[in-house]
Amino acid sequence: MTVVASKSSMANAWAALWWLPRGIVFGLMAFFIFGPLFNMLLWTVAEKWYFPYTFPLQYGFSSWEKVFAPRGGALESLSNSLIVALLTVVVSLLLAIPAGYALARLKLPFRSLILLAFLIPQAFPNLTVYVNIARIFYEIGLNGTIPGVVLVHVSHGLVYAVWIATAAFSAIDIELEQAARNIGAGAMRTFMDVTLPLAAPGLMASAIFVFLESLDEFTGSYFVGAPDVNMLPLLLYTSAAGGNYQIASITALLLLVPSLVFMLMVERFLKADVLSRVGH
Amino acid sequence: MSRRLLGLALIFPALAVIVFLFILPLIMSAVGAFQVESAFGWGNFVKTFDLYTKDIVFSVVIISLSTVLIGIASIAIGGYLTLGEHPVAVAILRWLYRWPMFIPFIVVGQILRTFLAKNGMMNNTFINLGLLTPIDAQSFLDWRGIVIAFVWKQTPFVTLLVAGAMASLNRETIDAARNLGASKLRVLIEIVVPQVAMTLTVGLILSFVTMMSVLSVPLMINAQSPTMLTADIAFRVNSYGDYGVANALGLVSLVLASSVAWIYLRASLKERA
Repeated sequence: MTVVASKSSMANAWAALWWLPRGIVFGLMAFFIFGPLFNMLLWTVAEKWYFPYTFPLQYGFSSWEKVFAPRGGALESLSNSLIVALLTVVVSLLLAIPAGYALARLKLPFRSLILLAFLIPQAFPNLTVYVNIARIFYEIGLNGTIPGVVLVHVSHGLVYAVWIATAAFSAIDIELEQAARNIGAGAMRTFMDVTLPLAAPGLMASAIFVFLESLDEFTGSYFVGAPDVNMLPLLLYTSAAGGNYQIASITALLLLVPSLVFMLMVERFLKADVLSRVGH
Repeated sequence: MSRRLLGLALIFPALAVIVFLFILPLIMSAVGAFQVESAFGWGNFVKTFDLYTKDIVFSVVIISLSTVLIGIASIAIGGYLTLGEHPVAVAILRWLYRWPMFIPFIVVGQILRTFLAKNGMMNNTFINLGLLTPIDAQSFLDWRGIVIAFVWKQTPFVTLLVAGAMASLNRETIDAARNLGASKLRVLIEIVVPQVAMTLTVGLILSFVTMMSVLSVPLMINAQSPTMLTADIAFRVNSYGDYGVANALGLVSLVLASSVAWIYLRASLKERA
């Protein structure tokens, strides 16, 4: 008995000892993941912070006041970013809902090639594409306008919208639609009253993906939007380039919060039955 | 209207956006690369290789190194999530690794710029812990900063794919090998990784292409020479309005990205044969 007991307590001690290397590795990971984020948070409330001090010498919210002052530029960038992101979501979904339904339910020639076509904007280096779009838009007067930026963001976000919408529609039990048709509902009525509500959580997930993609997009906004349409990522870039770390960090925080919130709740909208069908 | 026609009609608007806003400009850029003052020629490429050969090599080395590091890190994390025996440790790691995944590149650039600077938080912490003397502290805002930013941001994405593939593996072979006395590392390298190789490759290729087109990270962390091709393209357009060389540089990065994709296609064809 005692031998067994001491053996198991030895094993426990060994198991506890394993927390030493684990703790070191996890600690280092946490430092490198949260360190930069914490550093950014400190900058958003740092009034005075210079070499060689480890922490700010004075804390305060004066940068926040500056950012949100009427002439601070942030409000304009924030509202531009939100308008563009919302319009991008609306346009993407208007394009993706019929396309996703067709891809999920109707017999299409070259179906997998069509699905793949939406991946193209993500699968090629897109910088030169934006440069050339900016040239085309300049000729037709779309450069430096909100519709121009929205169109660029739509082309980039469409892969999420179409792929997730397709998965959401194909996850719906086709018998529910047939039942509605059998009791006399027309095709449109069936779609609006049965199919669309059932696909809503998946469509919501695709809307959030597109929204974030638009909110965070830098390269397209840089070439097509700037300097006429100011957006948050552009404000972040210009204030960082100008050495204003406080304003850059506050802008970074504004961009960061929606991304992190979404990371924590993505699984609530993207259920496994939809997720497993993405790209199929 | 036949169902087929209806399907095409429903899909047409979305497809048109891709064709007109991506494929057409992509072709324009490929054609524009050979255009010198409205005649066709190699002039842009001569200029490109004259001025930017160093940056082309720099970009390839940086992105390849980042890809390798992302691969190693994602195998290590995914492997621990799959083979780790302590549920609490696995849960901690699962919670920890995902954080950077949805953080935009421009934000990554900004926060690492302050973190990795000479008097940034990383060096300060090491100095306070006595691991580093203030004189030895150096800035990481050069090629190393770009690599760190890429690895920081892309590892969670590849890990998510790899860990998902690892979780759906047949546990029996793994358990059998463990029962026969194979170490966890050996099981990981000889049994688990070969079976998820395809997923890993897809994730790494997607990361490779993403890194090829990121402009904000090189602009924020290191825009001095040598720098990444994306920064050069932006510079060519913004400072000189030189679309010819910008398009030529774009074609170079396109060729680089496609050659990686081609390696993948060849490997996947071989696997199916």
